[in-house]
Amino acid sequence: MKKLKFSSLMLWVGMAFLYIPMIILVFYSFNASKLVTVWGGFSAKWYGELFKDQQLLDAVGTSLTLAFFSACTAVILGTMAAFVMTRFRHSVAKLTLSNMITAPLVMPEVITGLSLMLLFVAMSDALGWPKERGMVTVWIAHSTFCAAYVAVVVSARLRELDRSIEEAALDLGARPLKTFMLITVPMITPSLVAGWFLSFSLSLDDLVIASFVSGPGATTLPMVVFSSVRLGVSPKINALATIIILTVSLIALLSWYLTRRKEKRAKLAMQN
Amino acid sequence: MIKNMLFTLSRGSTWTLGIPYLWLLLFFAVPFIIVLKISFSTAAIAIPPYESIYQYADESFQLILNLGNYILLMEDSMYYEAYLSSLKMALFSTIGCLLIGFPMAYAIARAPKSAQGVLLLLVMLPSWTSFLIRVYAWMGILSNNGLLNNFLLWLGIIGEPMQMLNTNFAVYVGIIYTYLPFMILPLYSTLVKLDMSLLEAASDLGSRSINTFWRITMPLAKGGIIAGSMLVFIPVVGEFVIPELLGGPDTLMIGKVLWQEFFNNRDWPVASSLAMIMLALLIIPITLFHRYQSREMEKGL
Repeated sequence: MKKLKFSSLMLWVGMAFLYIPMIILVFYSFNASKLVTVWGGFSAKWYGELFKDQQLLDAVGTSLTLAFFSACTAVILGTMAAFVMTRFRHSVAKLTLSNMITAPLVMPEVITGLSLMLLFVAMSDALGWPKERGMVTVWIAHSTFCAAYVAVVVSARLRELDRSIEEAALDLGARPLKTFMLITVPMITPSLVAGWFLSFSLSLDDLVIASFVSGPGATTLPMVVFSSVRLGVSPKINALATIIILTVSLIALLSWYLTRRKEKRAKLAMQN
Repeated sequence: MIKNMLFTLSRGSTWTLGIPYLWLLLFFAVPFIIVLKISFSTAAIAIPPYESIYQYADESFQLILNLGNYILLMEDSMYYEAYLSSLKMALFSTIGCLLIGFPMAYAIARAPKSAQGVLLLLVMLPSWTSFLIRVYAWMGILSNNGLLNNFLLWLGIIGEPMQMLNTNFAVYVGIIYTYLPFMILPLYSTLVKLDMSLLEAASDLGSRSINTFWRITMPLAKGGIIAGSMLVFIPVVGEFVIPELLGGPDTLMIGKVLWQEFFNNRDWPVASSLAMIMLALLIIPITLFHRYQSREMEKGL
């Protein structure tokens, strides 16, 4: 039992390590003093400053748009790939696909960014498209690496599914596409939603790949934050960080609460 | 056999396989060929800033492979040291994440079923907020007039502020902090499947707990340890943001060098050859990770 105690202690120490820096950020975002480390009384003025920064607000818009479209594309691509991985027979094509889909999970970002950027340059040289780098090139880049995460999340769910329901539909003469849409999709919806949100947050957060493949017209939020943070700590960024941390926490807690309620209801329904 | 293949590749299936296949081929595989190509070209003041490696004139096709970029990487010890120190930092931070993450994952896997979900959520939550913001948080904590220094001064442990920000120590803290959740998740998913009766059997047969841990728990958790370690090690080798924001002038990491070659020196060929060598160094860890991941993905078959 001794070891168990040690691991529980480590769990709480680890949790403290994960959360204390974020709590400090939130706390200091309400600091009136411009000096980030000196407490100068409570104030919400940095939030006001934040909403006056037009460059930052534009970047937020760009990033949210990009994240939305990248997440949608990634869910489609990733689900198709996951379906191939879990339902198709072994073939050379499947092997190649499975090689390509998991690699972006661990590929250092500088390599992915550089290689995609060089591809876009070569393409515009040879085909005349894309004329300049911007939203579209970042969208392609983000969809590609987010699809890998979606594939992992969705394939985990596809694996657990009872395949006899799909097979029954097929045996009864439903076309494969119809079976997929009417039987499989409703059963994997939670993982599709999870994959979408994961992609959305990954796209919203990416700095390195976007810096390589973006152009003058498309400055994302992390790019703006990075150029400001490079110069040092600023209370305005603390305020922005607080908004991000609180939004993400709220969404995560809400989705956790909803799934738990649903599970409880399902349990109750089974008992009755 | 042929009939089987025709069956598996009906028209719908061809699309299902074909679309992600072509997308990844074009936007993931082909780019590497282009990086390889440009790593053999010569830098030039032009748009794009490199010379073509082949030309066709007077009915002769010429392929010019410039090995200069690779020779430069071998001759200039700065690059060599950057690779070495990146690998070293990635190794030590992976070990650090493993030492902190394993007990945490173990505690979560042994917690009551109802608590496991909340604990996992709490571990993963920080990684869904911004990566950049989480690195930034440490700038305020570690700086000379930052919270940690003030705290240590107040405790009387140190007499004057210690230089912590812009050192390798800060880079380690930043890496372990941001990558810890990626270590815990795969460890948890193998540890939660661990059959407790095996551990009970070992202890009933008189095995001491440390012995049981090394001979039963560890071998059974091997898959999770490999996956978690690769999820940390590989991206850290190419890490740019953390050494840039938390590291100092003596922090040499290859991701940072590549970034500078590309953005500051606009030397695309050298940046490409740096990427190719990084990829060559990482091919073994990537294969290891891939083997684990595809086994996980195909378990249902």
